[in-house]
Parts: sequence; C-alpha cells; structure tokens
Amino acid sequence: MAEAPILQVEHLQKYFTVGRKAVLHAVDDVSFTMEKGETLGLVGESGCGKTTLGRTLLKLYKPDGGKILYQGQDITRVSAREQRKLYSRMQMIYQDPYASLNPFMTIGEIVSEGLTIQKGTAKALAPTRGERDEIVYAMLERVGLNREHANRFPHEFSGGQRQRAGIARALAVNPEFVVCDEAVSALDVSVQAQIINLLMDLQESMGLTYLFIAHDLSVVRCISDRVAVMYMGKMVEIAETRELFEHPVNPYTIGLMQAVPEADPDFEKGKTYQVMTGEIKTPVNPKPGCRFADRCPRATEQCRREDPPLTEVAPRHQCACFHP
Amino acid sequence: MNTTTEAIKAASPMEEEALDFTPLTEAERSKIQQPQRPSTRYWPEVWNRLRHNPMAVFCMVLMLIIILLAIFVPIFSPYEFDATSLMEKKQGPSAAHWFGTDSAGRDIFTRVWMGTRTSLVIGFLGALLPYMLGMIIGAISGWVGGRVDMIIMRIVDIMLCIPSMIYMILILIVMGGNAFSLIVALAISGWMGSARAFRGRILQFKNREFVLAARTLGATPIRIIFHYILPNILGNMAVGLCSAIPGAIFAEAGMSYIGLGINPPATSLGQLATDGMKYFMTQFHVFIFPSLVIFLIIFALYMFGNALRDALDPRLRNEDFVIRRFRREKRRHRAERRVRA
Repeated sequence: MAEAPILQVEHLQKYFTVGRKAVLHAVDDVSFTMEKGETLGLVGESGCGKTTLGRTLLKLYKPDGGKILYQGQDITRVSAREQRKLYSRMQMIYQDPYASLNPFMTIGEIVSEGLTIQKGTAKALAPTRGERDEIVYAMLERVGLNREHANRFPHEFSGGQRQRAGIARALAVNPEFVVCDEAVSALDVSVQAQIINLLMDLQESMGLTYLFIAHDLSVVRCISDRVAVMYMGKMVEIAETRELFEHPVNPYTIGLMQAVPEADPDFEKGKTYQVMTGEIKTPVNPKPGCRFADRCPRATEQCRREDPPLTEVAPRHQCACFHP
Repeated sequence: MNTTTEAIKAASPMEEEALDFTPLTEAERSKIQQPQRPSTRYWPEVWNRLRHNPMAVFCMVLMLIIILLAIFVPIFSPYEFDATSLMEKKQGPSAAHWFGTDSAGRDIFTRVWMGTRTSLVIGFLGALLPYMLGMIIGAISGWVGGRVDMIIMRIVDIMLCIPSMIYMILILIVMGGNAFSLIVALAISGWMGSARAFRGRILQFKNREFVLAARTLGATPIRIIFHYILPNILGNMAVGLCSAIPGAIFAEAGMSYIGLGINPPATSLGQLATDGMKYFMTQFHVFIFPSLVIFLIIFALYMFGNALRDALDPRLRNEDFVIRRFRREKRRHRAERRVRA
C-alpha cells in the first residue's frame, strides 16, 4: 500500500440543471483516494449520487468542479482523444444486463469491441483479428462462458450469462480500475453469489481495483475492503469494512444498517426497527447545513447552519458529523 | 450480519467448485464441445434470413424484372419512346404494339418502361436524399444537444409550417420540370420529418447503457451512431424508406398532373397515367398499363420493406423454427383427434 494511490478524487462536484435556476447537486464536494488492488464499496439509498459519481469518474459526465487524479495524472480535463485512450485503463461494468448489451451485436463482437477500438493506443492490444479472437475466447472462458457463445446474440442468454458477457467486455482491454455500477443488483441472489465470486477471482488474477457501487449492504460487506456511504451527493462516512459495520459513527450510516431486515425469522419478529423519520429533502438547490439534519436524532442548531466536514474519528475512519 | 451474508461469504473462492455450478454430465459436455451454430456476423445473417423469406425473394425478383425492363426495353424496342405516328394512334394492344398506342400514336410499351426509368430514379433518389439529409441533421441535433439542437429544431419547426407543395412548386418553376429539379425539390421539402424522427431516435438511445458502455470503451460518436444506434433503428428506417419511395413517385405524379413535373415528350409513370386519365372511358389501356406498373413497384417495395425489417432484427431469427414446431404440434393434435373419433 506504499505505492501512490491509483485514484485520487478531490472536491468533485457534478451538478445538473433541472430547470430555471434549479440545480440538482448530484455529487457535491466528494473527496477520497483509492489504493491499487483494493475494493471500495459505495453505498447509499437510491438517488444519492452513487451512479453519478461512478459515471463522473469515468468522464461520462463532465465534472463541474474538483479534480480527478488517475495514477497521479490529472484527468479532469483531457481531450476527447486522450480520454478514449484512458478507457483502456479504466472500465465500467453496468447495472442492467438486459440494457447494457447491444441487441444487434453477437457476444463475440461485443467483447472484441474494446480491443478493436483500442488497437491504436499505446497499450497496443492485439493488432490482428486472429489475436483479438483469441483474447475474446480466452476472456469468455475466464468469465464462465464458452467460445461457442461468441456467435450468439444477447437475447439468447440469461441475466447472469449476460452479466458475465458485460464483465468480459469490460475486462477484455485489461484495465486496472473498474467501476462496478450495481453490477449484481439486477440479478437473482444465487446468481449474485456467482458473479461476486467471479469478480473476486478476476480481481485477484488481474490485479484489479474496484469501485463497487451497490445498495445491498451484505453484498458490499462481502466484497469490499473499505466502504463509503453517500447521502444526497455528500460522502458522509468512509472506513474499512469491518470498522464501518461494527462501529458506524454517522447517524445516517447507523440508520441505514438498522433498516436491513434479518434473515432469521425468530430474531426478526423480536426486532424493532429504528426507522429513520422525516422526508428526504431534495438535492435541488440544497440549503446550507448538514443534509441529514431534518431526519437526524442528534441534530442541533450547528448542524442546520454549517456543513460538517469529513474528519478522522478513528484511524482510517472518516465521518462527516458534528456529533459522532 | 445475517444469513444472506453468511451464504455469500461461504461462497468464497475456495469453495467455489462446490457452489458455482453443478458439473456437466458427459452427454452435456459433448454437446457443448461441438459448435452449435455456424459462425455468424450480422450482415451475412441478415442476407440469410432474407433469402429464406419467400415474400422477400418474390419482391426482389419482381423489382429486378421491373428494373431490367426499364433499362433494356427503351434500348431494344423498335419504336422510339417519343416517336409519334398519326397512322397508328389510339390503337389497342396488338402484336406490333404490345400495350397499344396513345393519342399521338406513340408505342405505350416503350413509353411505360421509359417512364419507369424516370419514376424509379425519382423514387429512389427522391426518397433517399431527403432521408439522408434529415438523418445527418437529426444526428447532429440529437447528439450535440444544447443550443445547437434548439436552433436546428426551431428551423425544422419553421420549415414544417410552410406546406411542402409551396417549396416544390417554387423550385420546379425556378429550375424547370425535369428529374433533377424534382429530386432537389423533394429533398428540400422532405428532410424535416426525417430529421425530427432521427433526432428522437438518437435521444432515445443516447443514454442507453449499451451506448454508455460503448463510450467507456472509447468509441467515437461516429462509431456509436453507425455501430450501435443505426442497427437498432434500421428496421424502422427500412420500412420508412420503402414507403417513402412510392411517396416520391406519387409526388412526381402529382406535380405532373398540375403540369409542373416531367414535361412531355419526356415521360414518367405519373405523367403517363395522368395522360391516360383523359381517355379513361374510351382508351382504357392507355391508363391501365402505367398504373399497373406503379402498383407493382409500390407493392414490391412495401412487402420487401416489411420483410427487411424482420430480417434486420436478430431477435426474430428463431421465429420460423417456432412456427414450424407450432404447425407440427397442431397436425399431431388433429391426427390424434381423428384417431379418437
């Protein structure tokens, strides 16, 4: 871990204009770093900006402020050409296996697409078609499909198989950093386990760094080395997985964890949920102050006035709250 | 934390063998080993599907015959298409004049195929040109978005407010009645609709996950439009284009009717039909033959467009198989019932 971090994000902002003078603060002043080879889980409720953050890191959205440093290189503003080259090093696995594969291309074409596009880059991936086909077949076998699948179209596959194809597509260009945008959320639980195993195996063999976006806490707990929690565009807590799940500090994180139902029915009946009260404020033109203040049991005057900064509450455990 | 977690944790890479898949039996393994389907790429596959559709083949053959006749009849016919002969005027079909002659004694067989030439050229180019123009403008508008989109769409709105008849009449008056000016007129009056439609399609697909995926693979906008969005809308476009060709042929006929289209002695199917209208009651054949050819062209293109749409969609490729199985089942049921009765 002594190496330079693979990704440094500093005060990243992404705003969307949703109307006259209405600005949606999807990602607001988010900073974190990622070490090479680690998995950072990113959790939060729907609409909190997880996906937007992932897409902004990959420059699908233009950042409105802040800095993204990838292996020390500032990639916040690079030319379209440079950006296209960068995509051989950073990749994304998408959420919906039914929408993320072009129905008009065979699986083989889909997986080789990255190699075809990136063949001119400095990485010089497989210049000839025969070499590309070999990589595609190897990749398909690596993700648990077989080479005969290359000639089929996406609609001939199940959700789990499609997700495997999506993973093969992302990893065919041999990237270092992969954003998994809810990569298992759309799958059955049994298939989720398979895909998670696959992702962990691939991480080990290819030395990948994952930003793992999910809303299922158990999945995140299983795969992540560290976990970050987002609420309405802000990062509210970030810590190592064990630390976060055993000693959550931020009231929102605590609430989020208490909302998870237990799988043991006997235990479940005796449990009372400490449900978070209050409505979620909208992230459109937010007022100053902690975004969680209206729903927070610990909220004080200070919380409604000022933004709590992300501060260290324990070693490698940061939290944005005035009353930890 | 709970048992779901435990289950997922239990399925760590070490015990993966046990949990990941049930091992294949020998029979299944051997089935997987042999290639299940011949290697395919998209376009050969489309051609293959088209080839096995009897309607598509029939329409293609029909169009081919019409095109060949339009090319060769005027060359090899003993009559010139514009040679008048007062001795032979208003004759019915005969061995000398297969489709008869018109009021000026011109051979209608030769004239019809000469007219088909003009009409086909106007039909294809007059449909394709506004389509392409609209496609390019619509793609720019949809892809770039923002202010560019706003300006282009307002121009489209304004141009759509003026009836297309006015553009056509103005252009034909200025440029004169010939095939070229008709195509230009069709292009200028017809691109707005397809621009708007194409922009809508771009917007529809621009934020689909597979397009985002293409972007994160480093695909250029051109590649995304041609490899990702275009195939997805090609089916609809093919049908649109195949029905736009008759539209262009009709527009030409309409212009000819008000005297602004192709000027005699040059001719087109629309002009011939209009001409025939005058003698509809007495000289039926003058009217019926050009009309019949128009009908055949439109029929063939329309049915071909439908077949093409089906062929362009790989999701429909197993349909034949399903239908055949359904018919087999039905026959079996009927046979069983007969046995019981």
